[in-house]
Amino acid sequence: MSLTEKQYAPKAVVARKDFQSLLDALLSQKYEISGPVVRDNAVVYDRISQTEDLPIGWIDRQNHGTYHLSRNKKKSLFGCINGSHTWKKFLYPMEKLVLEARRDGKKIELQELPNEEPRQALIGVRSCDLHALQILDKVLIEGPYADLSYSRRRKNLFIVAVNCSRASGNCFCVSMDTGPKATSGFDLALTEVIDDDNHYFVCETGSESGLAILKQIPHHEASVEELAAADKAIQNAVSRMGRSLKTDQLPEMLQRNFDNPEWEKVGQRCLSCGNCTMVCPTCFCTTMEDRTDLSGQVMQRWRKIDSCHTVEFSYIHGGSIRSSGMSRYRQWMMHKLAYWPEQFGTFGCVGCGRCISWCPVGIDITEEARTIENSE
Amino acid sequence: MATTHKNNSLAGPEGSDVMMVRPFKIRRMIKETDDTFSLELGPRDGTRGFSFEPGQFNMLNVFGIGEVPISISGDPTKTDELLHTTRAVGTVTKAMKKLKVGDTIGIRGPYGKSWPVREVEGYDVVVVAGGIGLAPLRPVIYYLLANREKYGKIVLLYGTRTPEEILFRKDLEKWRARFDLETFMTVDRATGDWRGNVGVVTTLIGRAPFDHLNSAAMICGPEIMMRFTVLELQKRGLVDDKIFVSMERNMKCGVGLCGHCQLGASFVCKDGPVYRYDQIRGIFTKREL
Repeated sequence: MSLTEKQYAPKAVVARKDFQSLLDALLSQKYEISGPVVRDNAVVYDRISQTEDLPIGWIDRQNHGTYHLSRNKKKSLFGCINGSHTWKKFLYPMEKLVLEARRDGKKIELQELPNEEPRQALIGVRSCDLHALQILDKVLIEGPYADLSYSRRRKNLFIVAVNCSRASGNCFCVSMDTGPKATSGFDLALTEVIDDDNHYFVCETGSESGLAILKQIPHHEASVEELAAADKAIQNAVSRMGRSLKTDQLPEMLQRNFDNPEWEKVGQRCLSCGNCTMVCPTCFCTTMEDRTDLSGQVMQRWRKIDSCHTVEFSYIHGGSIRSSGMSRYRQWMMHKLAYWPEQFGTFGCVGCGRCISWCPVGIDITEEARTIENSE
Repeated sequence: MATTHKNNSLAGPEGSDVMMVRPFKIRRMIKETDDTFSLELGPRDGTRGFSFEPGQFNMLNVFGIGEVPISISGDPTKTDELLHTTRAVGTVTKAMKKLKVGDTIGIRGPYGKSWPVREVEGYDVVVVAGGIGLAPLRPVIYYLLANREKYGKIVLLYGTRTPEEILFRKDLEKWRARFDLETFMTVDRATGDWRGNVGVVTTLIGRAPFDHLNSAAMICGPEIMMRFTVLELQKRGLVDDKIFVSMERNMKCGVGLCGHCQLGASFVCKDGPVYRYDQIRGIFTKREL
């Protein structure tokens, strides 16, 4: 019998002291577990095996072009919203070998590439980032051609989502309708609740594999009070969104304003550094790099994450289509908010706020959209 | 959580990798002009031929150097040979020019939307090419001539900068000798013993013999040439949904995954390279789009 979503209910509660058993259950299923860890004063995503690997007792403060961590007394496991990393690196790596060939006289022998993809479990995926993965699915799996490695990794994935109980100064998932509560696309979804001495996770199950893992962990059925506490925590995040973006008629507004002089102003500020594309959970652009060994007999073709902020990105014989920084910023923002809906039926932005935090000059996509609209 | 989305990939759910190339052998290298050459290729992996639609392109991989999109310039009715014509302007095409007969090139494709040769049956067809823009249009001419009875008048308007840059001279000679194909040529600058028309290709449109109420046009060349060609065709009374243009953008994958070829909301590799003009007229003249 296949379980429907309703049959996963009721929600369970896992005590903080039993969190390790979740990781142990995943390890016993041969998952490579990754989650948030603190490194160089920021949260990054990396392999974990112990609860203590998580950013316990840290919270992040984010604003225009700023990101810093501070201590919180509550010893929360998931107090930090996000950092400069995104989960896409586990599914669509920065660099990936896609072709290897060996020269044999005038002939070229194609080499078989390993097609085993890792079984990965991601811990602490926020609702915005879950939506980002679903957006990447549309781009990389659901088009006329699919990326085989991404689609294999995606099939193998186990996701432990975490519902946000706070928001960063740059969050606007409420505007994008992508959070802060995870509603689909997870195996397990946790809401961390810390009441006085009581520290627990309200756990929702989203798949059969999620249910199977939950069964291996000490848990009890959530009480009305515990459920109310979890809802209250999520409501806290809803009410503390740092930013907002008006999405109604947004693509049309931007398309109409392609020639708006305001683009020049943001173009003057933009450094074309590409940080926004690197930290964006949905930016998928790549380039190809062909390499040979020293003998010239073996070639490899590597797919590498690329950025539309480089001049080379739009190069065709004779020059680049987008030679000005202004046009490249405009392309990036128009792609997220104006073209993406037409291409994939959804915005290319999930309101995670990373591009605002990690922009060295503090350019804010929500402000820029407002500026364009107000100057119409 | 595993995705529950249906996999529409042509590669199939667990099919082959879209980045995989097919090795092709260079059978012939044809020098077209000083910097332009054609490659005639045949598959190395057995006997399978190569089918394509006029206007489609392949990704061509030069061992260890890189991969570029190049339109197919040969005859779509012949599946046993594959022809590509390109100019040696970048790292990859310059390396390609140095290859010898017998060398191997990796091929992926064919990709992209084709010229609407079947949709315009019964119409007069006006083919307007500028410079190397004739390469992706030559398959159209081959196709139209192979199915000659299905079309009204066929008009080829071809312009190059100088007479030295004229491509496919043998074909042009044959085509000019035919009574069922009207070929007009012009050069921007007359050099040598050129006695033909002088002026940009758009100057040919006014006097080209076609019925504007029952014609379709296919244009390929530099964007500025296509822009003015469209204006002239509109002046002759052609409607926008009977005008087709072929666009060019940077491409790394050819299959809609790398993002490089975006033109507004479209991907030139999968939504183009051939566009019906009314579908892109809003963005056609936008700079740095």
